[in-house]
Amino acid sequence: MNERFLRIKRIVLGPRNREFSKKVEELSGETVNLCEQCGTCSGSCPMVGEMDITPSFMMRMVQLGEEEVLESKTFWICASCYTCSVRCPRGIDPAKVAEALRQIKLRAALDFLDISKITEEEAKILPQIALVAALRKFTG
Amino acid sequence: MTRMPYYPGCTLKTKAQNYDLSTRAVFRELGIDLVELPRWNCCGAVFSLVTDDLLRQVAPITNLIRVQELQGTDSVDDPRLVVPCAMCFNVLKRANARMKDNPEDLKKINDFLYLESQPYRGEVQIIHTLELLKEISAKRIKEQVKFPLLGLKVSPYYGCNLLRPKDVAIDNPENPTLLEDFTQALGAEVVFNNRRLRCCGSYQTVSEKGLVADLVYDIIMGAARAGADLIITACPLCSFNLDWRQKEAMEAHSDHKLIPVIYYTELMALALGIGNGFGGEHFVDPQPLLQKFLEKEKGGI
Repeated sequence: MNERFLRIKRIVLGPRNREFSKKVEELSGETVNLCEQCGTCSGSCPMVGEMDITPSFMMRMVQLGEEEVLESKTFWICASCYTCSVRCPRGIDPAKVAEALRQIKLRAALDFLDISKITEEEAKILPQIALVAALRKFTG
Repeated sequence: MTRMPYYPGCTLKTKAQNYDLSTRAVFRELGIDLVELPRWNCCGAVFSLVTDDLLRQVAPITNLIRVQELQGTDSVDDPRLVVPCAMCFNVLKRANARMKDNPEDLKKINDFLYLESQPYRGEVQIIHTLELLKEISAKRIKEQVKFPLLGLKVSPYYGCNLLRPKDVAIDNPENPTLLEDFTQALGAEVVFNNRRLRCCGSYQTVSEKGLVADLVYDIIMGAARAGADLIITACPLCSFNLDWRQKEAMEAHSDHKLIPVIYYTELMALALGIGNGFGGEHFVDPQPLLQKFLEKEKGGI
């Protein structure tokens, strides 16, 4: 292929962006650069209507090492239903990428769930697995 | 009677006692005695998805050591661990696979658990109750049906944890038939809800009730359009969301149709003639429907 064309198409990440992207890759164990932005995950996600950015957009931000992705609520809305994981044509597991982003926030002691807000009425009916799962996903 | 190790999990001991009791009763009827693991602990409910979290695998692996301990005694015939809760099943099976695939992780966990009676050897097999029913075969179940559920329109709902990701799936992740097969064996009419594989919102129910209510509305209305009288599930969290969040769904959507939700084992117990009295808390009470049905059945005999 034409040398000049290759040079024009290449995206070079700055050190800070590269570091963030690498961190998410290490935590999730997924090669996010494999994502070709086909949008299958976004089209399959049952939660996408509630998200501020789509799952494929989240993947793109991680590829580019844009730390602002941490301010999105997309990975908090993800319920780990793994629909994207079984459908991704590139074999990536976006649910693991979402978990890595949650963990980066939680490890900075930024809990998403305030358990004091669970009403007594709710606590009485909620099954144990709902509480255990929510505490594991949303608190550090 | 074949005796098999059994892991009920936290929710089956409390909010989903009806799932635990009906599971034991149904399998006893089919010749399998479920032997509860001694000293089991919570599995963690959700499988941790990051790479550096070995400590989170300790809880599920401790349970698998309990299975080894039980296998060492004379109290089980079939060594496989039977798990009815979809979430526990997902966690235990994936934690087990991680140990099998990563001998280094297994060694680290065993070093950490040095106070246990024995190290985990990575050989326990985990089987979901639906897989066990498949082994028993729909044909055999059909032979044991005392009250065929003729005319009852049942909509099976799978949810996520039994089918996804692919490596833990108990059936085809995009087109499963397990629940349909044995619902038919019970004599009931299977109705097809195209939302049967859709996530119910899972643990989001704790903080995002409205979001879950919208998903539940979508799923329940899918079943309603298909003409369902009843929805069956295999997961205590799906069961809770699909049942209790109908309250919020009903408040938000005037056309919402209430449909009762029960466990597939409760439906089986009904058809096998071992009872209808497993209790359980419900928002949409299934009893009026089930009672009416039982009376019709008994009256006809």
